Amino acid sequence: MTGNLLTDLYNYFVNNFAYLLSLFTDHLLMSVYGVLFAAIIGIPLGIFIARYAKLSGVIITIANIIQTIPALAMLSILMLVMGLGTNTVILTVFLYALLPIIKNTYAGITGVDKNITDAGKSMGMTRNQVLRMIELPLALSVIIGGLRIALVVAIGIVAIGSFIGAPTLSDLIIRGTNATDGTVYILAGAIPIALIAIIIDFALRFLERKLDPTYNPDDKTPKAQTVND
Amino acid sequence: MLSIKNLTKIYGGSKKAVNDISLDIQEGEFIAFIGTSGSGKTTALRMINRMIEPTSGTITINGEDITKKNPVELRRSIGYVIQQIGLLPHMTIKENITLVPKLLKWSEEDKDKKARELIKLVDLPEEFLDRYPSELSGGQQQRIGVVRALAAEQDIILMDEPFGALDPITRDTLQDLVKELQQKLGKTFIFVTHDMDEAIKLADRICIMSHGEIVQFDSPDEILRNPANDFVRDFIGEGRLIQDRPNMRTVADAMITPVSITVDKSINECIALMREKRIDTILVTDSHKKLLGFIDIEDINEGYRKGMDIVDLMGRDIYKIGIDSKLQDSVRTILKRNVRNIPVVDDNNTLIGLITRSNLVDIVYDTIWGEEPSRELASGADEA
Repeated sequence: MTGNLLTDLYNYFVNNFAYLLSLFTDHLLMSVYGVLFAAIIGIPLGIFIARYAKLSGVIITIANIIQTIPALAMLSILMLVMGLGTNTVILTVFLYALLPIIKNTYAGITGVDKNITDAGKSMGMTRNQVLRMIELPLALSVIIGGLRIALVVAIGIVAIGSFIGAPTLSDLIIRGTNATDGTVYILAGAIPIALIAIIIDFALRFLERKLDPTYNPDDKTPKAQTVND
Repeated sequence: MLSIKNLTKIYGGSKKAVNDISLDIQEGEFIAFIGTSGSGKTTALRMINRMIEPTSGTITINGEDITKKNPVELRRSIGYVIQQIGLLPHMTIKENITLVPKLLKWSEEDKDKKARELIKLVDLPEEFLDRYPSELSGGQQQRIGVVRALAAEQDIILMDEPFGALDPITRDTLQDLVKELQQKLGKTFIFVTHDMDEAIKLADRICIMSHGEIVQFDSPDEILRNPANDFVRDFIGEGRLIQDRPNMRTVADAMITPVSITVDKSINECIALMREKRIDTILVTDSHKKLLGFIDIEDINEGYRKGMDIVDLMGRDIYKIGIDSKLQDSVRTILKRNVRNIPVVDDNNTLIGLITRSNLVDIVYDTIWGEEPSRELASGADEA
């Protein structure tokens, strides 16, 4: 039985490769676009609230409220205004991606050692130079962490987008649940979705670690200070 | 060159961090601001490069009022070293050193040259330029912190407890280094500390602060001799007075006549002389009494077997001290660096004396208990 299922699955992948590939790219692109727009708005907003701490409470609360709305409800509400299709899904992804991106940008920048920014300022850096040469490079890995979380969340939200007529990999899953013997369809949709999420998580985690200035792969042991230095 | 007039900083409407202080600092001076925490010393320092804006009063550098200047340009013209070092962890040592030159848009070659020149100045190898701050020890990092403040040829260097976070031995070497740099480069250094030893060792003049006001602003000798009031006396501390009495003397008062040998003598003559005088180390000079090196009793046996000459055998890496130095400096060297003795030389490197551990110990005993009673006590103990 299981052997049978695997061959069926394999045959389905081979026979419908082009169709699957187009769903795969659509799914991925919707996630990426949504997160990209969220990054374009969210990163500057995060930087802004890191400077003006009074605003941080308001902005983060708003983003938090958006996050609490169930994804399906959000999609349906937006569908009423924007109609069916990909754009509505992208907007939903955008809204959900805002919180992790704003929050991580804010945390990354406020988490930079005050002594270091103070040193920069005292050497005659302008506020923009402190941001560009100190705060952003040091906060980069945390910001990437926000993008990673946003993207993984986005893959899941796009999957729901099938209900409002966007071409996503969960088209297959829905078809599978409606068919009498739909296991092959369900798996053919679910496996690539899981795969995208895992690959993105892995790749961005790697990037995050690469960009962390305090992480040094060659030197894991703390050094003792010698007398003669 | 730097003149502070009626400088006041009030926080939150009423709390006076710095209260109406005035002082003049000459070019090339090494000034220490010292006081307990909350005395306003750091606030005063940070007002000089406008990291903190004064509530009232003026600061002028070479006659120019700094509040009229652009704060960013002002800070680029004043070096600043902080206790937490503050190297940028994502930049190499070279990028860290040449940060201000980069802000001032120097050319690549100039920056490169400056970085090489400066790293040599603090006795670190050039390979360090390509490393990251986390690969250096705390002491090495602060050396970079110090030269970073010199990179754009700043005339004034501000230092906020620059050695506070270092271990005592590293701190001591860095203090020597900074003092040497300051004398070599002739720049004005202003530093904040709460360590009286450090202030006395480094500063030309010490400004003692309390509750935002200047209690005394004078040379270390003057402060130790004539403390302005009980606060200063307490601040110097009873414990320190013992250490400070020898400070009044120069090494000339304490040194003994050293046993030395000229470099053209043979090993046999050298051994004979050392045996006769019962000493373990002999100093080697040329025919004009210029100090060249030393020979240790451990080396001489080996040299004798191999038939070496004095000139090949002697150690040349010798720590010496000038005749005008304060005795305290040699105490520090002997105690902390564990050197047995220090030759005293004049400006022409002519050997004139020797400070040994035992004659320093004599001075310490004499200072604490006076000369005679201690000896009676010792002989009394022998009889019993």
